[in-house]
Amino acid sequence: MMHAEKGHGARQEAAAGPKAGGGPRAVAGALRKPTRRHRIQIFEDIPKRGFAVTAIVSFLVMLAFWSILSYGNMVSRVFLPTPDRVLHTFFDLLGTQAYWHHIGISVFRVSAGFALACLLAIPIGLIAGTFRFAEAFVEPPMEFIRYMPAVAFIPLIMVWAGIGEWAKILLIFIGCFFQLVLMVASDTRQVSKDLVQASFTLGASRWQAVQTVVIPAVQPRLMNTMRLMLGWAWTYLVVAELVAVNSGLGYAIMKAQRFLNTDQIFVGIIVIGLLGLFSDRIFAFLNRRFFPWV
Amino acid sequence: MTKETLAREIRMETEAAGHGAIAIRGVGKSYRTGKTEFQALGNIRLDIAANEFVTIVGPSGCGKSTLLRIVAGLEEASVGEVTVDGVAVVGPGADRGMVFQGYTLFPWLTVRQNIEYGPKLKGVPILERRAVSNRYLRITRLESFANRFPKQLSGGMKQRVAIARALANGPKVLLMDEPFGALDAQTKLEMQEALLDVWAKEKTTVLFITHDIDEAIFLSQRILVMAAGPGRMIGEYQVALPAERTPEVREHPDFLKLKRELASLLKHKEA
Repeated sequence: MMHAEKGHGARQEAAAGPKAGGGPRAVAGALRKPTRRHRIQIFEDIPKRGFAVTAIVSFLVMLAFWSILSYGNMVSRVFLPTPDRVLHTFFDLLGTQAYWHHIGISVFRVSAGFALACLLAIPIGLIAGTFRFAEAFVEPPMEFIRYMPAVAFIPLIMVWAGIGEWAKILLIFIGCFFQLVLMVASDTRQVSKDLVQASFTLGASRWQAVQTVVIPAVQPRLMNTMRLMLGWAWTYLVVAELVAVNSGLGYAIMKAQRFLNTDQIFVGIIVIGLLGLFSDRIFAFLNRRFFPWV
Repeated sequence: MTKETLAREIRMETEAAGHGAIAIRGVGKSYRTGKTEFQALGNIRLDIAANEFVTIVGPSGCGKSTLLRIVAGLEEASVGEVTVDGVAVVGPGADRGMVFQGYTLFPWLTVRQNIEYGPKLKGVPILERRAVSNRYLRITRLESFANRFPKQLSGGMKQRVAIARALANGPKVLLMDEPFGALDAQTKLEMQEALLDVWAKEKTTVLFITHDIDEAIFLSQRILVMAAGPGRMIGEYQVALPAERTPEVREHPDFLKLKRELASLLKHKEA
């Protein structure tokens, strides 16, 4: 918005320039229409409406591409169902109680695994980011473990935790925890050292500086990190639900595959996408609500 | 009166009178990178009386900021010692308030909460805290901005809050590290007057760092000139200008004479 106004002002000025300041030497040629600034500028903001319209266009392009492939019979409908078929199935499935049960159990698993990871990773990450000794103790092993694929832990998890709810939660936890510790530590290190020093000159002890400066300062970045991590949690959920389960969205997707119900696979994926989008929006909202000072 | 109580009385009196006297005794600072050692500060000796306003001027990299940070306790001297009212500095503390060049207000606190930060840490009850913040909001003329967040303030206002925040903590000494360096010329002049106004009311010791000669003369009672390689004092000037500094002081012949002297000293050193 701001930029659009500024840009407009600048154009007006440019237009008025030759008339006002030209004086007697101004020739007719100087009054030609100023050339317009190009709309696409590096890093510059665009009007809010322009952004929304472009985003909608992007979705429409995807939909158009899909429609051409499916309605045009370029791909067999067994492999790629038509959009209207998926929409139809979407409402069909959401009309059944069983599907809501799948959604419910999946949301529960993601929330539990993610919450557990946050609960443990955030304090550890905060300490590792604040004190170099803690960093040396915590980070090298974490760096090592995080490159181990969480999925490869599945057999081990089944040995440890069986195939019950804990197994799914544990996989999501393992997938998120190590990354989260490192990301929180990195967020914490970005807190301005000057602010901490300012608190020292105001009489803060080290503990008080952590409490009254490091923790409040890191919160907005922390929220953003959690928001990113939640996306990962959903990915690990689907992996967790592909093996030895009989409920959840991942299971619904697997079952649909067995009967070649690709439309149901699409619905499962879209539902997970929508859930992710929804939780993402909640985080974005909370960020604005709690941190108006950013 | 026994000898003991007399001694205590005297000690208490000198403590009350010695409100923020700084003594810098042979302070040096060197950094080691690999095998080469870089000496940032050599043997600095300096005494600053209680309630004095002293400015250190010098080019960038002469170590003046390092010296100030050593007094603040944010950096450790390699040799020597700093004392405030006879007590050795071993780390940062509430007795030495500081205003930094960069903006260091806590962005998640309002102007009032920033000012009350120090008293709150000390456990001052809320009503007293309110009284303190009201007083400093008034002195720095920020009353109507009490509930704003720092991001809603201009640069000059932010530094006014930073000064208010430091003073609200009741420090003996106010350390200022080029606090107006990032401000535009007009705001800078206003802030200098505001600072003198506040200092007249508060009478704390001020140690002020700048590379702006005009600023140094306008503000201080005494000016010390530093040069680099290693950081050392190369000149000391008493500012013989009226205590009441009005903008007209800048036209005063003594002001201009001192300005020429300082400029030539600094220029000489750079050549």
